[in-house]
Amino acid sequence: MSAILSVSGINKSFGGLKALNDVNLQVEENSIHAIIGPNGAGKSTFLNALIGRLIPDSGTATFLGKSLIGQQPQAINQMGVSRVFQTPEIFGELSLLENVMIPALAHADGAFKANWWTNLHDRKSVREAAERELHDVGLESKMYEIADNLSRGDKRRLELAMCLSQDPKLLLLDEPTAGMSRADTNEIIEVLKTIHAKGMTKVIIEHDMHVVFSLASRISCMAQGHVIEEGTPDEIRNSPKVREAYLGDEADEH
Amino acid sequence: MRSTDYLMILIFAAVMLTMPLWGPLIDAGYPDIMQRFAVFGLIAVGFNLLFGLTGYLSFGHAAFLGVGSYTAVWSFKLFTMDVIPAIIASTIMGGVVALILGFVALRRSGIYFSILTLAFAQMMYSLAYSVLTPLTNGETGLQLALDDPRIIDRAMGINPESGLPSTSFLGFGVTSGDNNLLGYWICAVIAILGFYIALRINRSSFGIMLRGIKSNQTRMSYTGLSARPYLITVFVISGMYAGLAGGLLAAVDPLAGAERMYWTASGEIVLMTILGGVGTMFGPILGAGIIKWLEAKLSTFNESVVEHALAFLPDSIEHSISVVVSKFVGEGWHLSLGIIFMLIVIFLPGGVMEGLQRLTRLVGFGKKHSQGDAAVRAPAE
Amino acid sequence: MDAIILQFLNGVDKGAAYALIALGLTLIFGTLGVVNFAHGALFMLGAFCAVTTNTLLTLSQKVKDPSITFFEAYIDQPYLVTWYGDFGQTIINWSVPISLLLAIPVMFLIGTALERGLIRHFYNRPHADQILVTFGLAIVLGEIARTFYGANPLPQPTPEFFRGQVPIGAPFGLDISYPAWRLMYFVVGIAVMFGVFALLQFTRFGMVVRAGMQDRSMVQLLGINIQARFTLIFGLAAAIAGIAGALYTPTLPPNYEMGMEFLVISFVVVVVGGMGSLGGAVLAGFMLGVLEAIVALPAISDIIPGINQVIIYAVAVVVLLTRPRGLMGRKGVMED
Repeated sequence: MSAILSVSGINKSFGGLKALNDVNLQVEENSIHAIIGPNGAGKSTFLNALIGRLIPDSGTATFLGKSLIGQQPQAINQMGVSRVFQTPEIFGELSLLENVMIPALAHADGAFKANWWTNLHDRKSVREAAERELHDVGLESKMYEIADNLSRGDKRRLELAMCLSQDPKLLLLDEPTAGMSRADTNEIIEVLKTIHAKGMTKVIIEHDMHVVFSLASRISCMAQGHVIEEGTPDEIRNSPKVREAYLGDEADEH
Repeated sequence: MRSTDYLMILIFAAVMLTMPLWGPLIDAGYPDIMQRFAVFGLIAVGFNLLFGLTGYLSFGHAAFLGVGSYTAVWSFKLFTMDVIPAIIASTIMGGVVALILGFVALRRSGIYFSILTLAFAQMMYSLAYSVLTPLTNGETGLQLALDDPRIIDRAMGINPESGLPSTSFLGFGVTSGDNNLLGYWICAVIAILGFYIALRINRSSFGIMLRGIKSNQTRMSYTGLSARPYLITVFVISGMYAGLAGGLLAAVDPLAGAERMYWTASGEIVLMTILGGVGTMFGPILGAGIIKWLEAKLSTFNESVVEHALAFLPDSIEHSISVVVSKFVGEGWHLSLGIIFMLIVIFLPGGVMEGLQRLTRLVGFGKKHSQGDAAVRAPAE
Repeated sequence: MDAIILQFLNGVDKGAAYALIALGLTLIFGTLGVVNFAHGALFMLGAFCAVTTNTLLTLSQKVKDPSITFFEAYIDQPYLVTWYGDFGQTIINWSVPISLLLAIPVMFLIGTALERGLIRHFYNRPHADQILVTFGLAIVLGEIARTFYGANPLPQPTPEFFRGQVPIGAPFGLDISYPAWRLMYFVVGIAVMFGVFALLQFTRFGMVVRAGMQDRSMVQLLGINIQARFTLIFGLAAAIAGIAGALYTPTLPPNYEMGMEFLVISFVVVVVGGMGSLGGAVLAGFMLGVLEAIVALPAISDIIPGINQVIIYAVAVVVLLTRPRGLMGRKGVMED
């Protein structure tokens, strides 16, 4: 197995606060790599640095041999990196089908194509891909509904379908099950397992240990902007450092 | 294209092509006003492609209209009085100017974009009045002259027997003769074509990208799409519509003045689109029709017309009413326009089209209500 | 050299007008989050307050013309002259400064009424809707002004006292003099700006408003009634535009379209200065006013004809391309 994503020495400060402190991470191809850690550990910031939302002060991130740092978000996505956000970023005024067709088109046509003559629905392969992904996340029956009218959980599924329709090489998931019921969470786990069988590398940020331990093959634990421990689920479960990070966090909260 | 889309085009084409028949019923049967319906409908359709799909509110579209008119008149003066090369040239020039403006203004979105386009149009306007006088003939406006070169026409031996030449379409006179409908047919056919193209764009994958930009630009970029080229493309298309419309205005009346680029002209394009219903296919055309009709009617009213209309009332009441009413017609018709516009934005943001929708819903209320209720209740039980 | 300084000075009073309008725009924009396309119309209304004052003061009766003896001729004589003689004449002569007594309260009332009746309902609507409704309002206000005052520019008198030239170059050994009225306009403009900054800096009201400009929702969460203050802010901004408009009338005879011309440039000023930055608005207002005047110098306008028509827009384009937030704009203010 080789590393599809390799990150080394990433630093990012906001004013005096060191949000990311020398982050190093290797993500193996076709693995599900979970990043856990207490609130404010820098997990979301780390993903932002990967997708071009913010530029780190120093460090490198190489994806399939190409650097991600300093690239435009759309260029990074076109390289095969898709992200599910913590608060779903969807096209609220459009139908679910259109929501998924846009990323599918971006995958098929690239960052820009002024295809202003062909009817959207005449793009058969794109439409089928979109319908398939909607089916996979269980939203097929709501295909023609307006996305803003969905429940929060359904919006997350929709965003997941949008990312999956791009058939990304690397899928970044920021708490894909937050705020979901146990049943819905299990459904998402199943979806993620199914697509994993097709072969897709995933990095997943998650608080819900049930999700983490049912999916992840490797786990990194972050605290205060730094990766403090990395290993297999069993190693993480028994790591005193991880325990300390979480207990410390809880001690602060209470 | 779905069957409903074909139906829309058929309806629109039928309405446009039969206008000389039904126009007289609303006192709009003469070529001048029908041409205005078609030309301003066209520009509103183009404006709606930009504002309706992407949400980018341009306050500078009159600049493209003006550029189109100047280009067409220059084509008449330099080459030939035939309208075909003139409107092709004005479409291209509209696009070129839109490309330049779009390159700068589309670096920003929202209000910045509106302000930048407004400022740019005002700049074009003052340039047309001052520095560019050799090109625009300043305050007088650009007109045909007896000694214009008209290279192609002269080479082909086409020359008016006396006086200024009139524009022509493949040898047929467009502006000559009384009640000559050729000018209208040209405008109407081009408006139908413009409508058809806009509909295709609306339904295309390019169109869905534009709506994506309006809905969530953050998502667009993290979905691997560059918003800027999409925006520039649609801005240029929209500018070409406006340039074409300007060319048509010159084709039916070969002169061009800077006032066509004034901010009120840009505002009028916005007004039409909003009034009719932004984002809908028919709305902008309807809005253009309503405003151009009101302009033709209200602006010609004066106090005596009003008094005549109110003659059945007792004198004292008649006088006071006519004094008030006369403030809203004739030269004051812009006041009525402003008030109507404000009322629409406040109470009916979807314009006349939304009003019609509400009305049909209201008419079919009793029946649909019970059905809707059942549909809502069913899943809950 | 003298010519440059003179042009510089010629720019500052126009710059003061731009700055005052831009200041009000920014106040409204920073606190209420509304883009007010009707702000130029408020400036125009202020100018017509001066016209109204002048009309009221010169209400006349017909009296016999004493200079014509061989037939009966009548001339209009203002009541003020009939009543007070020369003193009445002086009052009329001072109609523009006196008009502030009308312009400030009237414009303040118009501003608050607009905020209560119209603008308030647009806080939660998209920016495009705000632009559209205030644009409609600008048309309506302009047309109302035309209904009452006609379409022609109406020249207003400069008070006798301010008609001369002030040799402001003298202390520096330069032979430069400057029209007294325009100097006065500049001074009043500066005073108003200082007044606004002092109000925001040193009063509790100002503190709340500044906090509101930073983070509106936060202020509301603190249980402060920001709504009433928004109304006041809008009234204040309208009053500032009114002062700017009324005092500008001797320099530029007002007509109903002047509002939009000033508005477009004031928007450019706000954009160049940086959205939501009061200091930026003032700085950019003066800067662009002066720049516009300086490029009108024959030495420059002969080389690049018409440069004075486009310089403001050209600067705006350059500033936006190099500093997208304007000269003094803060991150996160009206980014969309």
